[in-house]
Amino acid sequence: MKTMPNQIDFGGVLVDAPPPVQLLDTAGNLRADQPPMTDEQAMEGLRALLLGRRFDELCILLQRRGQMVTLAPGIGQEACTVGSAMALRRDRDWFIPQYREAAGQLYHGLPLVQAFLWHMGSPIGFAIPEGVKMMPFNAGVAGHVPHAVGIAWGLKQQKKDGVTIAHFGDGATSQGDFYEAANLAGVVKAPVILFCQNNEWAISTPRSLQSAAPTLAQKAAAFGIPGIQIDGNDLFAVYEVTRRAVERARAGEGPTLIEALTYRLGIHTTADDASRYEPSHLKEDWKDRDPILRLQRHLERRGTWNANIGEAMEAEVKAQLDAAWADAQASPIPNIGESFTKVFAEMTPRLREQQAQAEGHDA
Amino acid sequence: MREVTIVEAVRETLAYEMARDERVMVLGEDVGKTGGVFRATDGLYETFGRDRVFDAPLAESAIIGSAIGLAVSGMIPIAEIQFMGFTHNAMNQIAEHLARMRYRSWGSMPLPVTIRTPYGGGVRAPEMHSDAFEAFFTHCPGLKVVAPATPADTKGLLLSAIRDPDPVMVLEPLRGYRLIKGEMPDGEYTVPIGKAHVAREGADCTIIAWSAQVEVAKRAAEEADKQGVSVEVVDLRTLVPMDMETVCESVAKTGRVVVLQEANKTSGFAAEVIASIHEDDDCFYALKAPMVRVCGPDTPYPVQYFEEEYLVTPDKALRAVLKTVNA
Repeated sequence: MKTMPNQIDFGGVLVDAPPPVQLLDTAGNLRADQPPMTDEQAMEGLRALLLGRRFDELCILLQRRGQMVTLAPGIGQEACTVGSAMALRRDRDWFIPQYREAAGQLYHGLPLVQAFLWHMGSPIGFAIPEGVKMMPFNAGVAGHVPHAVGIAWGLKQQKKDGVTIAHFGDGATSQGDFYEAANLAGVVKAPVILFCQNNEWAISTPRSLQSAAPTLAQKAAAFGIPGIQIDGNDLFAVYEVTRRAVERARAGEGPTLIEALTYRLGIHTTADDASRYEPSHLKEDWKDRDPILRLQRHLERRGTWNANIGEAMEAEVKAQLDAAWADAQASPIPNIGESFTKVFAEMTPRLREQQAQAEGHDA
Repeated sequence: MREVTIVEAVRETLAYEMARDERVMVLGEDVGKTGGVFRATDGLYETFGRDRVFDAPLAESAIIGSAIGLAVSGMIPIAEIQFMGFTHNAMNQIAEHLARMRYRSWGSMPLPVTIRTPYGGGVRAPEMHSDAFEAFFTHCPGLKVVAPATPADTKGLLLSAIRDPDPVMVLEPLRGYRLIKGEMPDGEYTVPIGKAHVAREGADCTIIAWSAQVEVAKRAAEEADKQGVSVEVVDLRTLVPMDMETVCESVAKTGRVVVLQEANKTSGFAAEVIASIHEDDDCFYALKAPMVRVCGPDTPYPVQYFEEEYLVTPDKALRAVLKTVNA
């Protein structure tokens, strides 16, 4: 691709923009001479953003109707997960989610039915299908970051081709596991991308109370790895910077920390009431920076997207969601007895006894 | 068969399995060039190289957390936590991730990870270097916990742990590392996880013990013999899953139970043993006297000055035996 304005040193690789790296501005203007992907790829990306958005919206609705459990939507942050997933190869690169990354997980190969089942509280939603390079979502914060580093390190040790990306939020960068994992990643030069979605909020704790560091990307300096701040609502910037980080990792140059500036346009979880702490104008301010609108504006200018195409895409996404939701509802409901078989490869005598009790075979 | 110490048994077993399976690797603090602070990994660095005998940054959570990832990638990691007190730093990774991942992933993500750590006190070490809190780990569903007492069992259980498809915590008797010697079979030798062992036969009372307490139990049994009381010693060897069959056989025979536990009393594993016996009809109705547990007091592990008084001794165990026999 052609150069972007200005260049900054990105751990030996020159990134051609001042931080935060932005390739598409809010109005959808391209800030580089060429887009980092074809229009076809951009449309695929747009569709993935839309699928993630509508999935989350539908799940919130279903949760309000009592058909789903507490869940954490990624509304407004879809470009972070989809853009970074687009820079991966599904068959060998690992996507390690926290809990707000459905859009990217779906893009990386999580079957839609399973995503519904996960939000329905079914254990089947957590089973990683054969061949999908992903760990189950982690309801804690930052505990999965060392897992991602360990996978990357192990792939490197076994000379297997593959990189790993861990997604986490601004709150996670205050956790010890983040520091310990990033530090280890630097030491072993693990082929890992530490992708921080700074959405300004950790439930009710604002970014300003999370750290006195002016940026979260600069924490990378302490680990001896490159850190870069990007516009997380810009699919092109997310894709391009992640792609370069993947290249670095594959070339044996080690980890990269990416801080993507984004905003939680939705809610922390369905159990949260943001009106207690979030100034209402903030969401309004960010609405115009919506990653979907921005990409649509850009693609409209290029003649690839228009309202009709948009409508057709919405209809297609809706049909896909409706079909998967129907499938999820029709999925067999696992028996609690089965859960006793998932603790160890073989049930212990006590688990066997408890299984019998749970199934009513024993007093 | 050769006579070796516990620490030699650990070292030889690690070397044996690393030579046999190149996926097996060791990570931990100071496990490389210096061979571990107890020399349990001595010589492995020279034989297997830096990548497979990795001197980790001083970060226990990353040691366990990255071991989880290593296992997912196809490696078979053995993580050493230098002292049991430091496992607290990794508790989130052990309890919330390592132990739960098979269940969380509905069986799709098993983690063959072994954690080795020295267990227990009695060597005049500083604070946080003498802990014996097995109950934190036996309370984590999804984690197996073994606590061998002899070099042969150390080899057999460690080898079973490394090959187990699930995470296993291997508690190694710290004060027995060099003190406890015994015969160890050469070559291939495993002890099944979940099988206790009658370390000494007797008729009047059963002492249930594990790890370093087995030696204490045996000495108490010898003293009891002199007073005409015949004591059976059951070495649990594995805490999770506990072998209730062997325990119950012994209880049915003797009708009296003393449980030794180095850790402080409240909410310790001895309570689990006693409750399990109580819940088993055959066991319970065989009892002739109330069960007794001999444990550390509910203070933190003490400074060296009080260490001897804190620990469970053969004398304390003997008094408990006589109490149940005379009850």
